[in-house]
Amino acid sequence: MEFSTDQPPEKLKRHTLAILVDNSPGVLARVTTLISGRGFNIDSLSVAETMDPEVSVITLIITGNPRIISQIIKQLRKLINVIRVTDLSGTDYVERQLIMVRVKAESDGARAEITRLCDIFRAKIIDVSLKSYTLEITGGMDKIKAALNLLKSFGVEEQVSTGLTAMARSHPAAPPDGAARGRRLDPKNADG
Amino acid sequence: MTKMNGARILIECWKKEGVEVVFGYPGAATVEIHHALAESSLRFVLTRHEQAAVHAAEGYARSTGRPGVVLVTSGPGATNTITGLAGANMDSVPVLVFTGQVARMLIGNDAFQEVDIVGVSRPVTKHNYLVLSTHDLASTVKEAFYVATSGRPGAVLVDLPKDVIGGTAEFQYPKKISLKAYRPHLTPHPRQVSRAAALLAQAERPLIYAGGGIVSSGASEELVRLSELLNIPVTTTLMGLGGFPGTHPLFLGMLGMHGLYRANMAVQRADLILAAGARFDDRVTGALGRFAPEAAIVHIDVDTTSIHKILDVDVPLVADARQALLAILMALGEAPDYPKKAREKWLSQIEAWNREEPLRYKKDGPLIQPQAVVEEIYRATRGKAVIVTEVGQHQMWAAQHYLYERPRQFISSGGLGVMGFGLPACLGVQVARPEALVIDIAGDGSILMNIQELATVAQEGLPVKVAILNNQALGMVRQWQELFYGGRYAQTILSPSPDFVKLAEAFGIRGFLAEKPAEVEETVRLALAHEGPAVMDFRVDPAALVYPMVPAGKAIDEMMLSPRS
Ligand SMILES: Cc1ncc(C[n+]2csc(CCOP(=O)(O)OP(=O)(O)O)c2C)c(N)n1
Repeated sequence: MEFSTDQPPEKLKRHTLAILVDNSPGVLARVTTLISGRGFNIDSLSVAETMDPEVSVITLIITGNPRIISQIIKQLRKLINVIRVTDLSGTDYVERQLIMVRVKAESDGARAEITRLCDIFRAKIIDVSLKSYTLEITGGMDKIKAALNLLKSFGVEEQVSTGLTAMARSHPAAPPDGAARGRRLDPKNADG
Repeated sequence: MTKMNGARILIECWKKEGVEVVFGYPGAATVEIHHALAESSLRFVLTRHEQAAVHAAEGYARSTGRPGVVLVTSGPGATNTITGLAGANMDSVPVLVFTGQVARMLIGNDAFQEVDIVGVSRPVTKHNYLVLSTHDLASTVKEAFYVATSGRPGAVLVDLPKDVIGGTAEFQYPKKISLKAYRPHLTPHPRQVSRAAALLAQAERPLIYAGGGIVSSGASEELVRLSELLNIPVTTTLMGLGGFPGTHPLFLGMLGMHGLYRANMAVQRADLILAAGARFDDRVTGALGRFAPEAAIVHIDVDTTSIHKILDVDVPLVADARQALLAILMALGEAPDYPKKAREKWLSQIEAWNREEPLRYKKDGPLIQPQAVVEEIYRATRGKAVIVTEVGQHQMWAAQHYLYERPRQFISSGGLGVMGFGLPACLGVQVARPEALVIDIAGDGSILMNIQELATVAQEGLPVKVAILNNQALGMVRQWQELFYGGRYAQTILSPSPDFVKLAEAFGIRGFLAEKPAEVEETVRLALAHEGPAVMDFRVDPAALVYPMVPAGKAIDEMMLSPRS
């Protein structure tokens, strides 16, 4: 079947998936192939070991309509190396990302202003040159967006970022399969 | 405990898994396994192409329910298996493909005949493995068989570097495996079972829509019991044919794009549909928005991803089809109450549809009608042959005009629709069931895609029969061109046709030709009476089309019907 991507934009939603996997070779490729094979872009990705060295967690952000996301989650659950998939969106969770950004800091005014912003955003200045400051900012996506927005006016020279990683605040109950939805899903699917 | 090399270990593992026959093709990367095989009690069937080896293993698996095993070499041997893997996986057939690979130190170096087959096959297998140590070989093989045969069965590939095969280790076959992440869900939820049972008992116009899951889970008997207990008619998908007896009075035939009129009409008027081991494929539903508009839907599927995938259902039952049906039967008890009058009315409505529009085709004229050939084969085999098909019009005629009494009696490539599947699959069925009469109903296009397998048939002395419905065209595509593209027959004419009789003879196989309607009966009789393999070339009416037909985008009751003469 076809997963059409031309859904009305208002239905698209960002989902943060926490995927517990066996720490075995190829498992990341299986997860990403499954998603890219359906024509979806992964917005952000991070992988790391958990407390149990045999188990890794993949935190993955993907945008799509609820039906497609639910299908992707089920397909992910079907992978032999996938232990658990949790859609954190809609649950209570914390997310963090680390970003490094080099901004122009030539005048005294700019330097003072950037230092003040660092205070507000609890960012760190991790490298200094005659013409620039390099900052390290951690936080959720919104905070990072806000900080970057303000820093833009100084002139951003370079910027790198880790993937977003996320954690539920308490153990969320797995969402029930097939929560009530409209009856017929996609009449467009029946073409030849 | 004994030390042995990887090749021997592999064969010992196969024996532990009850493997009796391996299909394949050798090469440098696997030659040691072949030497070990030759000294073992296992049978090896040398097909003439690796794709055919996988189809043969599928035929073996589809006809027995036991996993089919394939051994091929690295590089081109491995890539040649991709179509087979994809088809087996889509149709939930347990097949294991073992591929040779270059030695570990060469992997990633673009070595001779090196292909990252684990990467290539990832999206078309249920799972796959690269074995990196001879010590891991036995446990990996054990896991591979478990994954291929459990839950929703599927295709699994195991890639074996040459030095892993050549290395030695202690052989110890694990008794049990437990996979952290993989636990197929087989037993149905009791609350959903009682909801399903209640709906089935209350419905006035119920219908069972059964798919390949009935066959693979061995649920045919339970299906018949349920249908008879509540007087519920049954329609099946292509993959479900034989899962319910074809001559049973409650059987409506196949549904969907080329479904029978009464079956499609019944779907559209039913007030309850029990989908059992079926997945609402687009070839079944037609225009989804108008599929079964009046029905509540109960859906049994062992694969969670199938449930709510295409449409939302009222009662989801994630379970093995047989276990789910057994649970529903238990919940219903011996003599459940149900609206008997309403059901009689419903069945007579279905009967009226059938009188109005039975399967029809033109019976007169100077040319052989392909449907008549299928019916003659049905008559001559008294409905007892195992029918294997290729893909195209002939496949649909074989599905419509032969009545399958038993599961695993009809073997066809459904989900992927692989032309060239039939002959090698037929060979695999015959290997599995030497006593059975096995017939490949073929098109003149499809048969040429794996015609080399006649050599395997000859070498193995397999008495398979091939019936080519030769319309000198890629008939199914041409049918679309005729009906929907104003008769633009671009690139679908296969003329002149090869002389299939001579072609068969070149392989040392008997060939028979029928050009007129009067010759059909005699040709079938002679070919069946002949002890060895035989090829029948029926020169059929190229204008014959498959009806009914639901055009793309239409609801399944908007069928194009056979023109009345
Ligand atoms: C490998 C492959 N290639 C192409 C197709 C597309 N296709 C579907 S049916 C068909 C025509 C089959 O022709 P033939 O085997 O002669 O059977 P007929 O329809 O004439 O009975 C084609 C080309 C396919 N299903 N499989």
